[in-house]
Amino acid sequence: MENGNGSAVVVAQDVTRQYGEGDTRVDALRGVSVDVPSGKLTAVMGPSGSGKSTLMHILAGLDKPTAGSVVVAGKEITTLGDSELTKLRREHIGFVFQFFNLLPMLNAEENILLPLTIAGVKPDRARFDELIRSVGLGDRLRHRPSELSGGQQQRVAIARALVSEPDVVFADEPTGNLDSKTGGEILELLRHAVRDLGQTVVMVTHEARAAAIADRVLFLADGNIVRELSGASAHEIAATVEEISAQ
Amino acid sequence: MIRFSLKGMMGRKLRTALTALAVILGVTMVSGTFVLTDSIDKAFDAIFSSVYEGTDATITGRSAFDLSDGSGTTAPPFDESLQPEVAALPDVAAAIGGVAGEAQLVGKNGKAIVFGGAPNLGFSVDPTKPEFNTLTLEQGSWPADGEVVIDVATASKKDLSVGDQIGVQAEGPVEQFKISGLVKFGSVDTIGGATLAGFNLPTAQQLFRKVGKLDQIRVAGKPGVSSSQLVSEIEAILPEGTQVRTGAEQATEDAKGTDEFISFLRYFLLAFGVIALFVGAFVIFNSLSITIAQRTRELATLRTLGASRRQVRFSVIVESLVMGTLASIIGLFLGLALATGLFKLFDAVGFTLPNSGLIFSTRTIIVSLLLGITVTLIASILPAFKATRVPPIAAVREGATIAPGRFARFRTPIAAVITLLGFAGLLWGLFGPDLETTQILLFMILGMVLVFIGVAMLSAPLIPGLTGILGWPGARFGGAAGALARDNARRNPQRTASTAAALMIGLALVTLVATLAGSIVQTFTGAVDKVFVGNYAITAQNNFSPIPIDAAAAAAQAPGVVAVGNVRTGEALVFGSTEFATAVDPGAAKVINLDWVEGSNAVLGELGKDGAFVDEDYAKKHDLKIGSPVEITFANGTTATFTVKGIFDPPSGGSPFGVVTISAEAWDAQTSSPKNLYSFVRMDGGESEANAAALEAALKPFPNAKFATRGQFVTNQISGLKSILNVLYVLLGLSIIVSLFGIINTLVLSVFERTREIGMLRAIGMNRRQTRRMIRHESVITSMIGALIGIVLGVILAGLLIFKIDLIDFSFPTSQVIIFAIAAVLVGVVAAIFPARRAAKLNPLEALHYE
Repeated sequence: MENGNGSAVVVAQDVTRQYGEGDTRVDALRGVSVDVPSGKLTAVMGPSGSGKSTLMHILAGLDKPTAGSVVVAGKEITTLGDSELTKLRREHIGFVFQFFNLLPMLNAEENILLPLTIAGVKPDRARFDELIRSVGLGDRLRHRPSELSGGQQQRVAIARALVSEPDVVFADEPTGNLDSKTGGEILELLRHAVRDLGQTVVMVTHEARAAAIADRVLFLADGNIVRELSGASAHEIAATVEEISAQ
Repeated sequence: MIRFSLKGMMGRKLRTALTALAVILGVTMVSGTFVLTDSIDKAFDAIFSSVYEGTDATITGRSAFDLSDGSGTTAPPFDESLQPEVAALPDVAAAIGGVAGEAQLVGKNGKAIVFGGAPNLGFSVDPTKPEFNTLTLEQGSWPADGEVVIDVATASKKDLSVGDQIGVQAEGPVEQFKISGLVKFGSVDTIGGATLAGFNLPTAQQLFRKVGKLDQIRVAGKPGVSSSQLVSEIEAILPEGTQVRTGAEQATEDAKGTDEFISFLRYFLLAFGVIALFVGAFVIFNSLSITIAQRTRELATLRTLGASRRQVRFSVIVESLVMGTLASIIGLFLGLALATGLFKLFDAVGFTLPNSGLIFSTRTIIVSLLLGITVTLIASILPAFKATRVPPIAAVREGATIAPGRFARFRTPIAAVITLLGFAGLLWGLFGPDLETTQILLFMILGMVLVFIGVAMLSAPLIPGLTGILGWPGARFGGAAGALARDNARRNPQRTASTAAALMIGLALVTLVATLAGSIVQTFTGAVDKVFVGNYAITAQNNFSPIPIDAAAAAAQAPGVVAVGNVRTGEALVFGSTEFATAVDPGAAKVINLDWVEGSNAVLGELGKDGAFVDEDYAKKHDLKIGSPVEITFANGTTATFTVKGIFDPPSGGSPFGVVTISAEAWDAQTSSPKNLYSFVRMDGGESEANAAALEAALKPFPNAKFATRGQFVTNQISGLKSILNVLYVLLGLSIIVSLFGIINTLVLSVFERTREIGMLRAIGMNRRQTRRMIRHESVITSMIGALIGIVLGVILAGLLIFKIDLIDFSFPTSQVIIFAIAAVLVGVVAAIFPARRAAKLNPLEALHYE
């Protein structure tokens, strides 16, 4: 990675996000500052309504903050228009969704290559084969999503997120729709992407077990980052969640 | 349950509104047609009864058989000596004689005053008894010798006023008159853009070549004398060839022509309303089917809460009933606006229809509502049954689908059977033995409806293949958006098929019309090339009205003219039935060339006083050979025997001749004011500027006549067909607009359904332009599928019709088909505008949230 291990690929400062006005105003984020270090897996945890999803949407340029600054790959994104944001997503960001979001009429390979097709970029065959090997989909490329298991579908989705070699991959509850064994395999795959491929991943999750694979875990509550752990075990994380929820 | 249905509709306002539009347009057309024709009907009734107000009885010439309008033959006039006899009858208070005819008004520039193809009516008026006049004086005074009254509408359009000079051309060359006054026809400015001219009786008799004759006597009885008493009194003294009617009967008789016109206009326009509703049914069916599929979870939840299948079905039907009723009511009232618009439109093209206020009858309301609601209900039956197949489990399980129906696996065979039945109906209608016109129409219409439904069902399995071919350019050159559009278009073949089917119907009908018209033009042009061997043709300004024979006689005197062949036209009674009969003068042998089965082209010049020639089919039908006698009864009641001198084989495309043709000499002897349909001229040196100038000069006194080269003649003759064709295109355009809404609706529903997908695509880098392009390509693929199937079907249907009509040879309308294909692409592009914008505006966040 050109950013080098440890430098921040996403930098957010004093990000606030309010929904609505007056009495119905909701403060989803109340001045969050966070760095996403390159080549690391960052997990974002928090009870529902804590603002963890909102934070991820803002970091990924899908939503705009009410105030504050977000810099992705060296570029301030809060002032960008739709076409510049689209370009940013094409070149620098990958997504993994809870419900996989594959196109039913495309086969696995076509789904994986979709970001390149949309951008009009020719895939590098050798790199593609390498990617397929690493996500373990070798014999499934010609299958449609309906012919794949949930785990296989999410592997396709992860390959799709990685295919354009983005600076950062955002994963929204990637195991939320999978059984625990399959979920474990998907987490292992994400870990592999960070460890062996040098990817940067930000993962929103509410499962302590999932967060345990992260290099760093951020805890959100009521729109603020209230705690941060590094290299914590599932047990420690679960305890922290308990503690925060109890407050 | 009903409340639930209504709430559901409110929640889906956009979808409901788009679906309703499909019904509204058709109902608008139906209601507008009724309002328009009822209003015209009433206006005409008022005109004709006002024309005969104060007239208790009328005496007119009686023709030997019933005449149709515009054939060139009119009832023969009678001797004016009848008028004093009638006036002398004890119960008669007044008896006024009159004549009528065609009087072409000629403007200051020497050009004929024509509005579209409207007639130029001329009447005699009696200044002493204005209550008996057809015309009502608005300004100035009734005409004296050398004066004319003209209608207010023509005066204002041509900037003419009382005291101005105006030319009038009737049977003879143009003569100058002073305008003494302006008139209306009964109570209206004009009917159908016709020009009106009124003269005093001697002037009119001289103009219409009816000196010493009358066309009509209007009689008023003394007070206390009933009409029937008056009629029987007059009957006693009536000479041969005349008849008497009460004033009311005469009004009805005069209104007959317009009544036929109105009822034709009514059925003609209604047909297009019904076609639009039929297309609308496809749109409703499709929209409801998609909506049901999208409401799977909601319907399943209802089932888990205890709703029975019947209740679910009922809720869908109630929903469409409410929508159909609302849409029909809106359409009903929009029909009033449409009728007003049509009045203005007809006026703008010079065909002014009388309008004395819009008539909104109970029948209009009932038929419009009934049609709209029934069509909606029928279209909702299948979707309603589909809704009952939603399993309750779908409420809790992601991705549960509606089970296919019991008959789903027979779908293709059923579709094939429907299509075959449709074609069988069509073929039976076309070729079945001894069918009446109504039966033929019934079989053909039923057949077409079945064919359309069957083909729509059959096309679903073809969608993946067709999409592959038609989507190829987009996929090849449109990048990811193009490729995804193609995949989207074929992921739900049934949906794409029924969306395309709506457009298919419109395009099939448009292609049918274009193919028929193209073939007619082609064959007609060929026939003219073959038959017409002269250099110039003389016709009326409007290309089709028969014109006074003096015009061609004047042309014959032009320097350089070698021969003039005139074709007179009219009706005569032959072998007990009224036939289209024609007459030629000897010059025809040099300008007309026919294929002769028996005899030769010289027959045209050698008919003499008692010769005739007949066409081949007619000869076969009545077993006629050279030398066979043919008895012909003319309108004036005279019967004469003619001898067959030749039998000709008319070219496909038709000839100018009727079944029986005699010499002009023999024809003129029996016909009052004979008229030419065409005159063909051969000149020294063929087509040349000098010859054209010579004809121009010779025809100067006859502004109603014009001459044309062979090429121009063909173009002029076809121009009428072209205008009809344009009217048909506009009216069929209505059903294409309905299908446009169908495509919009399907796309909006699909975009809604694919919200998450589109959000994902946006999240992984698809920009707004690509998103719009994706929707647009899908729309264009759908419309092109509709166009392709429609065009193929249209050509097949036209082929069948042309095969039946042996006067036309099939010709493929290449340029029109290309235009239709381009138009279909445009329909796709236009339909996509709104859905594509919605898709492009979707927030990528939806991909993460939306469920």
